[in-house]
Amino acid sequence: MLYINCPHCGMRSQNEFSYGGDASVKRPELNKEVSDQEWDNFVYNRKSLRGKHLELWQHISGCRQWIKVERDTATHEIFRTFKADEEVA
Amino acid sequence: MQKYSIFNLVKNAFSNHQNWDLAWKDPAPKEEYDVVIIGGGGHGLATAYYLAKEHNITKVAIIEKGWIGGGNVGRNTTIIRSNYMHDENGLFSEFGMDLWRKMSQDLNYNVMFSPRGIINLAHSDAQMNAYARRGNSMRLNGIDAVLLNREQVKEIIPMADFSDNVRFPIFGGLMQPSAGTARHDAVAWGYARQADSMGVDIIQNCEVIGFDVSAGKINGIRTSRGNIKAKKVGLCVAGSTNILAEKLNMTLPIETHLLQACVSEPIKPVLDNVVTFGAGHFYVSQSDKGEMVMGGDLDGYNSYAQRGNLPTLQHVLTEGIAMMPFLSKLKMLRTWGGIMDMSMDGSPIIDKTHIEGLYLNCGWCYGGFKATPASGWTFAHTIAQDRVHELNAGYSLNRFSTGHLIDEKGLGTKTWIS
Repeated sequence: MLYINCPHCGMRSQNEFSYGGDASVKRPELNKEVSDQEWDNFVYNRKSLRGKHLELWQHISGCRQWIKVERDTATHEIFRTFKADEEVA
Repeated sequence: MQKYSIFNLVKNAFSNHQNWDLAWKDPAPKEEYDVVIIGGGGHGLATAYYLAKEHNITKVAIIEKGWIGGGNVGRNTTIIRSNYMHDENGLFSEFGMDLWRKMSQDLNYNVMFSPRGIINLAHSDAQMNAYARRGNSMRLNGIDAVLLNREQVKEIIPMADFSDNVRFPIFGGLMQPSAGTARHDAVAWGYARQADSMGVDIIQNCEVIGFDVSAGKINGIRTSRGNIKAKKVGLCVAGSTNILAEKLNMTLPIETHLLQACVSEPIKPVLDNVVTFGAGHFYVSQSDKGEMVMGGDLDGYNSYAQRGNLPTLQHVLTEGIAMMPFLSKLKMLRTWGGIMDMSMDGSPIIDKTHIEGLYLNCGWCYGGFKATPASGWTFAHTIAQDRVHELNAGYSLNRFSTGHLIDEKGLGTKTWIS
């Protein structure tokens, strides 16, 4: 069982959250020319590495906010959590 | 190579079975090979076997970080089927079914292929319609499919919940009678033994650290046991695909996720077939030892852990109990997890890459085990001929860019949603 520290609600069990995938993926700017490769990278291509992974979760059975979680994909250790609009250094 | 036969069994009995040959050798890596296959799982071993058998290429090495058969070929639920609607998946898998039927004779190794049939249960009229459509598509591709009504399903699996007061009543099901199961370890060992006998070097405990690429061409690999030159390199590493792709500066339409399975304590024969729950994601069969073999959803977030998390297991088994209430009485014997190479449309990739001499085999999602022979056969063809076979032409890497996705389940790019 993972325990995720929701930045809005505090420490809650994994059962209250649903997963949203890689949070480092950025949607291409719409007001400029976007190449096929850029769309592919946004829609399909993922690094999905072993180790630290910044990802989106939604606190679906809690405050319903989307949050960012920095987690290790091999050990499941959670290092930090952020609000969705917080920039991650 | 010593043939496994009744005569050799009797002969060796006189020496208390002390003088059998080793099934495969443990060679040190040579300096150079024609083809290096990275990954000593089912697909890698099968690829090496078909390279030697079909294409006469025997200067081949299999490089395995751990031990052969220690990854997903040793961690699956042994189900073999070709009940797909889309032509690419159906024809590819049905080609594999033929290889499965001949495998024990072909490999001189009993893989215990057991065509016991698979039943996908339907729980609504809409689902029955969808299954009728899928069944018809299968039959057009020469794959056997039978649409069963509620009474027919009840005849085959009376232990399922047919009472009136259930959330997901059984309306019927789609059966592929020729589907089944096989002894998963035997598949790895059988391929390994034959490949080894034809001159393939199986190199275990050898980790790939990097690749030697120059001018867009592969020249070899760097490993924990030294550098190895190779004209061609094939990647067959399932859940570790992204780790190697990063060393090649490639980003792939693949995410690595964890899939769990479990077996109960052994019980007397109760279930003849493989059965899947249609209102969720749960499947069950009974092993020859009597254990109920069960599996279902991914853990739901990127993972390399090779071990599971309890909430998912609980969720999956809740579905199992909804389908077959007697399962609640069983004690769990073992659970385990394997890391899956989840592709963005649920279908695999067997293709060349932009690097000359580098070939890619990945994206097997939930269905890697049953694809073992067809994957090895087509990947060997792709490597040997430097072009894809018509059976794996649809499994191209660039289909994500061109829009020719093979999205059997219509799930899109959220690989963890089932």
